[in-house]
Amino acid sequence: MIKLSKIEKYYGTYHALRDVNCHIKEGEFFSLLGPSGSGKTTLLRTIAGFEGIDSGTVMIGGQSMDGVPANKRPTNMVFQSYAIFPHMSVAQNVAYGLRSQRLDKAKTAEMVEESLGKVGLAGYGERAAHALSGGQRQRVALARALILKPKVLLLDEPLSALDRQLREEMQSELRRLQRSLGITFVLVTHDQEEALTMSDRVAVMFEGQIGQLDTPQALYKHPASKRVAEFFGAMNILKAEIIEVDRDIATTQIEGLGVAELAIPTGASAESAFCVGVRPESMTILDDGEQAYAKETPAIVTDVEYRGEMTYYDVAIEGSGKPVVVSMRNTSNRELREVGQQVRIGWESASAVLLLDQ
Amino acid sequence: MMKRLQLDSDARRGLSQISLPLAFSVLLLAAPLAILLAMSFWTQDFLTLDRTFTLANFKEAWTSPVYRTLMLRSLKISIIVTVLTVGLAYPAAYYMSFVAPNNRKALLVFLITIPFWTSYLMRIFLWKVILGFNGVVNGSLMGLGIIDAPLDWISYNQFAVVITLSHAWLPFAVLPIFVVMEKVNRSYLEAAQDLGDTPFQRFLRITLPLSMPGVVAATLIVFIPTIGDYVTPRLVGGPDGLMIANMIEIQFKNANNAPLGAALALSALVLVSSVAGIYVWLNRRYLQSEGAA
Repeated sequence: MIKLSKIEKYYGTYHALRDVNCHIKEGEFFSLLGPSGSGKTTLLRTIAGFEGIDSGTVMIGGQSMDGVPANKRPTNMVFQSYAIFPHMSVAQNVAYGLRSQRLDKAKTAEMVEESLGKVGLAGYGERAAHALSGGQRQRVALARALILKPKVLLLDEPLSALDRQLREEMQSELRRLQRSLGITFVLVTHDQEEALTMSDRVAVMFEGQIGQLDTPQALYKHPASKRVAEFFGAMNILKAEIIEVDRDIATTQIEGLGVAELAIPTGASAESAFCVGVRPESMTILDDGEQAYAKETPAIVTDVEYRGEMTYYDVAIEGSGKPVVVSMRNTSNRELREVGQQVRIGWESASAVLLLDQ
Repeated sequence: MMKRLQLDSDARRGLSQISLPLAFSVLLLAAPLAILLAMSFWTQDFLTLDRTFTLANFKEAWTSPVYRTLMLRSLKISIIVTVLTVGLAYPAAYYMSFVAPNNRKALLVFLITIPFWTSYLMRIFLWKVILGFNGVVNGSLMGLGIIDAPLDWISYNQFAVVITLSHAWLPFAVLPIFVVMEKVNRSYLEAAQDLGDTPFQRFLRITLPLSMPGVVAATLIVFIPTIGDYVTPRLVGGPDGLMIANMIEIQFKNANNAPLGAALALSALVLVSSVAGIYVWLNRRYLQSEGAA
């Protein structure tokens, strides 16, 4: 549906987008995830037509968007501030984009009501724009964009202004809306949880580049680089030394843990520096006599953080400079470990991921 | 009972806080207006005032052709000045707010205020020099051979009054419009374009209605003082450019007829208030219809 090739953009001397290439499929819920300043909003605004690019091409629905202004593109946008026109009622806001279609009043009213119904605001048409809550503004902005039946709906951090409960509610509602309408959604967010729960695929952006593009599960399980890994949840980053390479498998010496055979991440080259990531939940503190894991490492508990369903342990491992975090589910018969206790850490090759050190 | 006492103490505190400005406005605004109102119902009897109630002053103010001509002329001149000023101020404010880069805005506001560095009287005299019989305009045009004799329609008439007043009031019109435009959220403009508007359509549907409060403020700021201006018509207006305020001044001073002057002043006040009221009402209607369009 959207094809971005070799997009470069500068603000003065600042290189905002660097060689961005990606293909967003039709009917997909696609997220652009990244820290602030990573270029994700710039990229979205490039698709919408609010920002020009210095080189590269944007194709939407097989057509080049070169020189096509925002008002002629088959995209509609939900703005971060929602941009609900303050001098109009809810119905007038929603009907705003219909004017060029020159529909009669009854047809317009019918479409407005239908669109408001889709976002759960049926009957709100006569309300004044300033009398709406944050969540309602968001829904009006959605209805206003969806009434035009765009090929692509662009959402610029739409949930960041909402409180936690409302945000979670809107996450599942947006997902449901996207599935039922079948429209391609492109969402910009800095919230990794939001990206993971809502998207079919996520592009993680750093410094104007796409660092990795994959499904949420793949990004979580097989991050390609340290910065992607750290962006999604907690990750122990350990120094690593590659002993031997056999095609795409590297025998790796991991600081403190030992030797493991790990897959080489995509994008690696002969000059690449590597490190190893291990998720806290993919290691276990073994009970006495338990032999469930292929590899074991002795450790000493240095800190215990009880968080209800999980407990996070900091453990010191010989040969590792900093403590390693191990998380354990608090089942009914499992006792908490104490600081200073000698334990065995169980892990296996699949627990560790070889990462590009960038 | 307690609650009422509390409210009373709140009210007392509020009253004590506003008492000074309140006394100030009673003394300097309400009292003179009351005196003016009282005086308009009296009659001048040489050096004394006859304090019997009469409507004769108002009758004369509204029926005598001289006063009516002056009143309508004042209205005409100030409407022309207002339309001209606000019409010129709007694009200037638009440029300052929407076109100029952010780091230039402070400089532009500063430049707009430069005319205030000179006293208003100096500026009027400058216009006399520019528009006069042997002034800059006539001198240049004759020097260039474009005209043979000085143009007589550019000085000492209503045209000169309009030019001088417009120049004097332009900054007062630019600033309120600029301030309101600065408050227009730029994402409204992007949203309008995103929903299919061309730049001109979005100007008509978003920028113009949202900047109307500034236009209303600018209009009233220019219209209300200009209708009562008497310095400008006196200095550059010539015989045909005199306005109602000049007549009010004459009644109070030379003609020694303060009651008639008071009646004329109050009539002008009523006229200005009604025109301003109608304007504000029309604007509200426009904004409502804009929403519905």
